[in-house]
Amino acid sequence: MSFVDIVQILDSTIRLATPLLLACLAGLFSERAGVFDIGLEGKMLVAAFFSAAVAAVTGQVWVGLLAGVGAAMVFALIHGLASITFRGDQLISGVAINFLAAGMTVLIAQDWFAQGSRTPALSGDARFSSIDLPFAEALSGVPYLGPIYAEALSGHTILVYIALLAVPATWYILFRTRFGLRLRAVGENPGAVDTAGVSVTRLRYAAVMICGLLTGLAGAYLATGLAAGFTKDMTAGRGFIALAALIFAKWRPWHALGACLLFGFLQAVSNRYSTLDFGIVQIPNAFVLALPYILTVVILAGFVGKAIPPRAGGQPYVKER
Amino acid sequence: MDKLPRWADIALVPFINLALALIVSGLVVALIGQDPFEALAIMVNGAVGSSYGWGYTLYYATNFVFTGLAVAVAFHASLFNIGGEGQAQLGALGVALVCLAVPWPHWTLALPVAILGGALFGAAWAAIPAYLQARRGSHIVITTIMFNFIASALLVYLLISALKAPGMAPETVRFPEGARLPTALEVFGAIGIPFSRTPLNVSFIVALIACWGVWVLIWRTRLGYEIRAFGRSEPAARYAGISPFRITMLAMLISGGLAGLMAVNAVMGEQERLIQDNVLGAGFVGIAVALMGRSHPVGVLLAAILFGALYQGGAELEFETSVPREMVVVIQALVILFTGALDGMVRSPLERVFLTFRKQPKPGLAPETRP
Repeated sequence: MSFVDIVQILDSTIRLATPLLLACLAGLFSERAGVFDIGLEGKMLVAAFFSAAVAAVTGQVWVGLLAGVGAAMVFALIHGLASITFRGDQLISGVAINFLAAGMTVLIAQDWFAQGSRTPALSGDARFSSIDLPFAEALSGVPYLGPIYAEALSGHTILVYIALLAVPATWYILFRTRFGLRLRAVGENPGAVDTAGVSVTRLRYAAVMICGLLTGLAGAYLATGLAAGFTKDMTAGRGFIALAALIFAKWRPWHALGACLLFGFLQAVSNRYSTLDFGIVQIPNAFVLALPYILTVVILAGFVGKAIPPRAGGQPYVKER
Repeated sequence: MDKLPRWADIALVPFINLALALIVSGLVVALIGQDPFEALAIMVNGAVGSSYGWGYTLYYATNFVFTGLAVAVAFHASLFNIGGEGQAQLGALGVALVCLAVPWPHWTLALPVAILGGALFGAAWAAIPAYLQARRGSHIVITTIMFNFIASALLVYLLISALKAPGMAPETVRFPEGARLPTALEVFGAIGIPFSRTPLNVSFIVALIACWGVWVLIWRTRLGYEIRAFGRSEPAARYAGISPFRITMLAMLISGGLAGLMAVNAVMGEQERLIQDNVLGAGFVGIAVALMGRSHPVGVLLAAILFGALYQGGAELEFETSVPREMVVVIQALVILFTGALDGMVRSPLERVFLTFRKQPKPGLAPETRP
């Protein structure tokens, strides 16, 4: 494996980690507020479809992005209604949302484009184009660090940088603002927040809608940045890998970045090599792909540090009467 | 629970939920430019209008009975087993290993061993998440989701390496002739009733026996009582001397075993070799089936037949119109949404209605008495 290979793998690691990171931060907001969300996958999928479909029709990727984010937020609202207002089971609601997205996207794709459950291939303004970071050209001559900066870090679409900036933003919102403090409190002890005169319902809805916004960005990136159009089930379990990353990161933003980069790296490696040959042992591709899930189970098992979810997670809040 | 009379709880609420799901589904069909009533007619006719339709409907239903019972048993213990998909995949591995191990002389010998193999492998795949939940407190929903992906990766790997048959396709060799289960065509043909060629096979009987078995287990045995007690209130069960560890393990082992049994129908009865996509989402349909059937075996059976009809009708719909069969996935999602997550939306207004009626009971009319 040469240095060029490493740079290329780093480049695709960042590409593949971006949707995971956006979805993972989405889940972070929701679950920190005490609303479990296993519907990340579905929201990403519906956003991927609507962003690609609207971008294909209008030829404008920004309009597509808005449509994608809007669709994901509608789905987030359904989840909010079911789990906050009607106090239903959050897990079951998440399952329903995943199926709703899987079915609806194919149905509408077939109805609008009749191309076998896909959107037309996007090109030009209908896709996000790559952005060169400042001095990428000039610094590419610097040994080792230059190519990493110019090839791996620079030259991604705007959504990649938004995702990376979302990490400090999430950290700031959750740990340095009043809203963040209340949001975390509502996930640990909603009764206390209610007693302080702050609306549990409104906070949880805010968290769920932020979750919708971020999954919308994740889905839009998948269909208009990473790929050039929507294909059936294109999220391919990324929502669940993001969920795994969230647990792996123990519901913390900076750790989420690390976990998503790790899982993105595993995807990049398995895309590039069909088997990993270390001379003595050969690791099959399937194992590399399953590694995020295996690692998450190990973390969940508490053998390597314990993952403790927000305490009020999964429970609908019932005001005392 | 007591706020509603029993008939409303077990019949009226599910009926309204289902009706809402179907109305929204109809709106979706109308939205993509098709006549919902015509679509419904095509689906009903395709699913139950011929012995061909019935054969496929009941074949799918057999899968959903197993996965539905799996989810239902776990529900009784307040555990949400979302890993039916992975457990069924492992069950498929177990059934395939049994079928390929011996040149079976007759299916009557192969079937019991295959049942054992499928159940054992399915249960084993549920055992790890169950143990982690019971001993380490890892959330079973997350671990079973992870195990679904691990199962499919494991199967992908085995089918390109150790178990792969010669040739291009990632699948095992065909099972021996002696492991072939008799289909409905042969069974009915033997007594002179004509029946179309469908994958419906004797596993359907196994599914009916499983329904009965689960009913006996949950409502007629000590273990079933313990599972229900644990599901209702863990502290109360603990106080009564019921071990949470034992119940979590046993409920999940039974649940995983039932999910694994699906392979007897799908892999042994229809595919007759192990392929990668042998479950095709039936594990998830089990969630909808268990929710709709209120975790009761009779309800699960009825809901499984309904979903079997939906799957078969959906295939016909795709064939006759431009509506893709993913319409069924939408209906499934809406059923899960309305009967599972939005249950409170229907239930609480109904409770209010029943409460107001109860306040002024009319003389001479037997009131819905509360004890």
